[in-house]
Amino acid sequence: MMRLSRAEYKEIVRWTEKLRPTRRCMKILKDKFPSHSQSTLLSIFSLEYQKWIKRTFSRHHVPDVIESYYQRYLSEAKAQPTAPVLLELANEVDLSPALMARIILDRFLQGQDGGMPSKSVLNSMLKEPSLIPDQILASNVYQCTINDCCYGPLVDCIKHAIGHEHEVLLREKLKEKNLSFLDENHLRTMGYDKTPDIILEVPVAVEGHIVHWIESKASFGDDQSHQTYLNEQFWSYWNRFGPGLVIYWYGFIGELDCQRDRGILLKDCFPTDIVTLCHATQQDRSPESQNKDKE
Amino acid sequence: MAALLESLLSQKVDIIKVVEWLKSAGDEDKLSISELGLTVHKEEFVPFLLNFLREQSSQALTHGPATPAKTPSRPRPASASGGNGTRAASRVQLFSPSFVPASRPSGSERRGGQRIMLGDYMVSPPDFQHRRGGHYIDETGGRRSVRGGEGYGRIIEQVSPPSVGQLNFNNLEEFPPVGSSPISPAASKPTRRINPTPVSAERPRSKPKTCFTSTPFSKPSSPLSGVVPLEGSMTGGSSLSLQEERELLKKEKTKRAQQVGSPQPSSLEPCTPTKTVLKTGSKVTPEQQTTCPEPSKVTFSLELDLLVELYSTCISENLVPNIFLELFFVMQLLTSRSPHTHDDEQESLCAAHSHSGVQPVHNCVYFAVKVLENQFQLVAHLDKCTLRLLAENERVASFSPHLRDLLTQAQDKSTAKVTELYLSTFIHSVPFQPDTDNRSNFSSDKAFHIFKKQRDIFYEVLREWEDFHKEPGWNFDTALGNRIRGMMSQMTSAGNHSHFARLFLKQLIQMCKGPRVNSTSGDAPDADLLGMLGAEGLGRLKRLEERLIQPHGVVGPCSPPSFPGYQEFFRDFLQAASCCQLNQHLQDSLCQQLLQLDEVSILSPPASICERDKEEEEEDGDMEQQKQRFSSVLLLARLLAKFLGFISFLPYQTSEKPSREIQDTAIALRSKSVPVLDVCAVLRNSIRRRHTILTVPWLVEFLSMLDFIGPRLLCYRTTLGTLLLFACRKLVLDRCEEMCYLNKLLMVSVLGWLFQIPVIPEDIFFTSEFTEVAKVEESDINVAGLDCIPLVDQQLLYTCCPFLGEFRKLLAAFVSGSTAKSGGIIRKITPTSAELKDTPAAHRSQQKLQVDLEQAFFHNQPPSLRRTVEFVAERVGSNAVKHMKATLVNELVGRGEKMLRDGLGSPNSNPSKLNDSICAQLCDAGLEALARATRFCCEKSPEAIRILLPHETSPTVLATSENITKRLATEKACSWLSANITGNYIAVGPRTDKELPTGSQLLTLLQKVGETLSCRKVRQRETSVIKLHRIY
Repeated sequence: MMRLSRAEYKEIVRWTEKLRPTRRCMKILKDKFPSHSQSTLLSIFSLEYQKWIKRTFSRHHVPDVIESYYQRYLSEAKAQPTAPVLLELANEVDLSPALMARIILDRFLQGQDGGMPSKSVLNSMLKEPSLIPDQILASNVYQCTINDCCYGPLVDCIKHAIGHEHEVLLREKLKEKNLSFLDENHLRTMGYDKTPDIILEVPVAVEGHIVHWIESKASFGDDQSHQTYLNEQFWSYWNRFGPGLVIYWYGFIGELDCQRDRGILLKDCFPTDIVTLCHATQQDRSPESQNKDKE
Repeated sequence: MAALLESLLSQKVDIIKVVEWLKSAGDEDKLSISELGLTVHKEEFVPFLLNFLREQSSQALTHGPATPAKTPSRPRPASASGGNGTRAASRVQLFSPSFVPASRPSGSERRGGQRIMLGDYMVSPPDFQHRRGGHYIDETGGRRSVRGGEGYGRIIEQVSPPSVGQLNFNNLEEFPPVGSSPISPAASKPTRRINPTPVSAERPRSKPKTCFTSTPFSKPSSPLSGVVPLEGSMTGGSSLSLQEERELLKKEKTKRAQQVGSPQPSSLEPCTPTKTVLKTGSKVTPEQQTTCPEPSKVTFSLELDLLVELYSTCISENLVPNIFLELFFVMQLLTSRSPHTHDDEQESLCAAHSHSGVQPVHNCVYFAVKVLENQFQLVAHLDKCTLRLLAENERVASFSPHLRDLLTQAQDKSTAKVTELYLSTFIHSVPFQPDTDNRSNFSSDKAFHIFKKQRDIFYEVLREWEDFHKEPGWNFDTALGNRIRGMMSQMTSAGNHSHFARLFLKQLIQMCKGPRVNSTSGDAPDADLLGMLGAEGLGRLKRLEERLIQPHGVVGPCSPPSFPGYQEFFRDFLQAASCCQLNQHLQDSLCQQLLQLDEVSILSPPASICERDKEEEEEDGDMEQQKQRFSSVLLLARLLAKFLGFISFLPYQTSEKPSREIQDTAIALRSKSVPVLDVCAVLRNSIRRRHTILTVPWLVEFLSMLDFIGPRLLCYRTTLGTLLLFACRKLVLDRCEEMCYLNKLLMVSVLGWLFQIPVIPEDIFFTSEFTEVAKVEESDINVAGLDCIPLVDQQLLYTCCPFLGEFRKLLAAFVSGSTAKSGGIIRKITPTSAELKDTPAAHRSQQKLQVDLEQAFFHNQPPSLRRTVEFVAERVGSNAVKHMKATLVNELVGRGEKMLRDGLGSPNSNPSKLNDSICAQLCDAGLEALARATRFCCEKSPEAIRILLPHETSPTVLATSENITKRLATEKACSWLSANITGNYIAVGPRTDKELPTGSQLLTLLQKVGETLSCRKVRQRETSVIKLHRIY
């Protein structure tokens, strides 16, 4: 059910346009599309929201705009030191709270020592707001990052964890099926220049298609991300290891699964129809069956 | 010349004398006939005869492409021809009531325009020197005479040969838009219509994607277009409307026409010979009233018989440049038509020749049938379909029932199937091998990373080509040129050429190495489709596709060199890249691989073959393996040689033949540098060591890429001359020498093709200029080379010489022409929906999948793993057979013998019943051999594999390798055992329980058991127990 037709996908996308990255909005989406899994919906929303932010971010990321946000934050924070003023500001101007926090923190640090703050300092302070010298700003940044379900260090962390979880899941499934494989780390030590998550030592056939490698993606496969992955990863794998399988754990647009005959197969779960080389049964049977034939 | 012919025809000179002269080896070049005061040279007489025949038949041949034999354009001294040639030649009109083309009825003149040249071949007579060679229609739609045009003289006015201005290329009737039609898209209106009928969209259990009729052929995503699902059809299942499909078909046709027709911007045009295909693309449009040839109306049969004998001798003795061209000409005569009525003008001319009333077609057919009878051995080696068409040809039947019977018999022996299925269409990448591809193989991090990108760009370009190259208006250089050149310049800065050259060549070999008909490779197009149709069906599907988008034209057996299928990509890539560093690396690599191939096959197959007699008796299986190995090596060598030739002569390619002065300068310049490959030495060495059957076919591919000047350089001149001498001395088909017939036939065929392509000078065949520098050394008698082993089969012959399929087309065209009013070559095709076959298909696709998985397993493993597995399987399988023979079979025979003795000893024994019972018992026991051999293989294979593979091999890889080895070894052992011990009836299915072995089968079994044990050849079929007794 996580393999959506393009029409279904567009319907969901149409709805997400009205929503903001808040828990309440996620609930609305879930209620609207009860037959789809929450993760799929969240993933689609997240991708759409990111696209929207990419389109609009430049509007916010201009020196005088930043300056005006900063001045507003300063005056409002002064007036209401305990209120989540930065979060409200972000919602008001339609910017991701986490990104708003980043912009303001960046501006704050510039004011402190004049120079441009290093990225790593910025990132570590976003991750750990207690490192921020200003108490009020620290709590505002904290409120922004925990209330953003698409951007920010927490989201990154969650995404990373989910990605890792699915890789582990994949490996377990393979072990369960007795399929031996080499993983990314192994391949790197052997000097491969491009490495999928999994290379099967002995290829299998999934739904009649040969599979040499498996790539796990803990996200929804939409046009844009799939195209990027194809160019940067999947075709490169094909160019080195032959045909393979991509698992989009949170589903994908069904129409994208059109390269099966060319060696890229899409699935939304670990496949059930796996055919392996089965010599044992073959050789035991053949003389027997010939014996039978003569009777 | 003509005098000799005339004297022969009037029986003043004994035919036997002339035939003997023709048959005599090269030394006696001259024939002196004192009574007539004639001295005739062979090299002059043969072209004269060929041209005489063409001229005589020119009027009857109003169909099919021109088949001009390459005859020299050099004027000959008049004295050599002994005088009054002209008169003599035109006096006897054996086939045609009138040979002066100008006198043709105006109606047929237009159509006959193309054929005129057939009659323009008169060689010697001084006042008739208007020889112009074959006229190839080149890509610009114009006509150029490749043979140079000395001596047009006054005959031009008289004969009025068609000039460029006269030819109306937009006349669809004259130049039907065959695939290679040289005309603009405007002219690509299909002349033959295929009206597809809708296929039921609702087909239970079959996905829309397996319905090939619902898919447009221009679908870009797969090379086997038409098999791949449309994006849209996956979900909706709503196929395109019929109208759209037909539009697509039309587009595709137009595109094909453009591809061939439109001139390429590149100045390297002549080295892209696909574009210059000599397709006169004649369509057979029989005139409303044609004469039905009758044996009783044949005139001049005496003279015709003489001609048949002379002509046949020339063919048999390899005195003609291309025997298949002659055979094609003969078949054109067989299928010739002539208008029923003659107009007044012609009538009068006929009267003037006092031969009025001669119906040329009777004589043509008579002559053709006689030659076919005479050349039956050659004809019998054609494919089954051609033989059937010949046997069913009513003219053959009425002129020679005997020939028809022979042809019918020959059909059963013929195995060649004309498969136009190129290689499997699923492209496989070249695997990344850490040994050669990881960082340590590169000079710097930068080089390593650049190559990483380049590999990806290369495949991206390949995929894009696959998707779009058939689209109308798509141009390789425009679409991909800049990307490729960008890649090359990066490569130069990183010094990665050797890495890329290796990738390029591996991919080339992967994709273009010969048609794998049995599709055991892992790269099947679509498992579903294959499951539904089977490999055979897929081939048919491919042919259907071709027929839908490309009407068949009869092209004749002299198609110029081409780069079919994926080869086109690699050629275009090299042209677009035009990177001298890459080309140098490729050259080095190609040379090395070619010479290695040439060596490899000397070492492995023959060595084992020669020792085999004593060592092993598994002839059938082994021979089949040897043939497969040979065919694979040969096809690979041909591919590599073609590309080596392409790259080597690329710098010298010109679109036009340079003038003599330019040629001389170029020869002087180029003779100073060393050629890329010492072809002379390779050839000489090959003749000496008797492996010409491998070397000659690939040398031909190499030489076919020559530029115009190349053949005049000493090294290539010598090679061409040597090949020519070799063909005349060693490849005469009828002489039973050390070389096998099909081996010779393959070489004769490829050499004939080579001598006929445009860049090879026309005078090569009939002068001594080439042969005087050449020598054919005697081969070393002590070397048992490849030449004496029957390695070539019909399949390989047809794979290497696809033009042999032209015979079938010509004959098929005749059949359809004589039955269908429309006169189209091809029957109408009405697509109907395919039914999904049930269980057998499912089973087959499962089996296929297993084979694919096995191949895929090897794909990402080091090549040594595969070699080890195959070697072990081969040895263990062989040992299993030996073991069975030494143990079980031995014991069985002993038991049988005892039973026989006991049985015969007992009173009132009935030999035949006794025989039956013994046979039954032994047969049962014989089956035990299969089980035992299987056990043997399963036990021994893993041991060997474990010792031979690297210690570090992962357990799974090891286990899989062991299993594959077991399977292969078992397969080898069991197939031999079941073929040789248990008789035919076990391995051949399908069987039912009721189908019990018959007595004679059992007898065969016993014989085999006996033979196997005693290693004695039993020639005759044993009929009684007594004979059985004698064996032991």
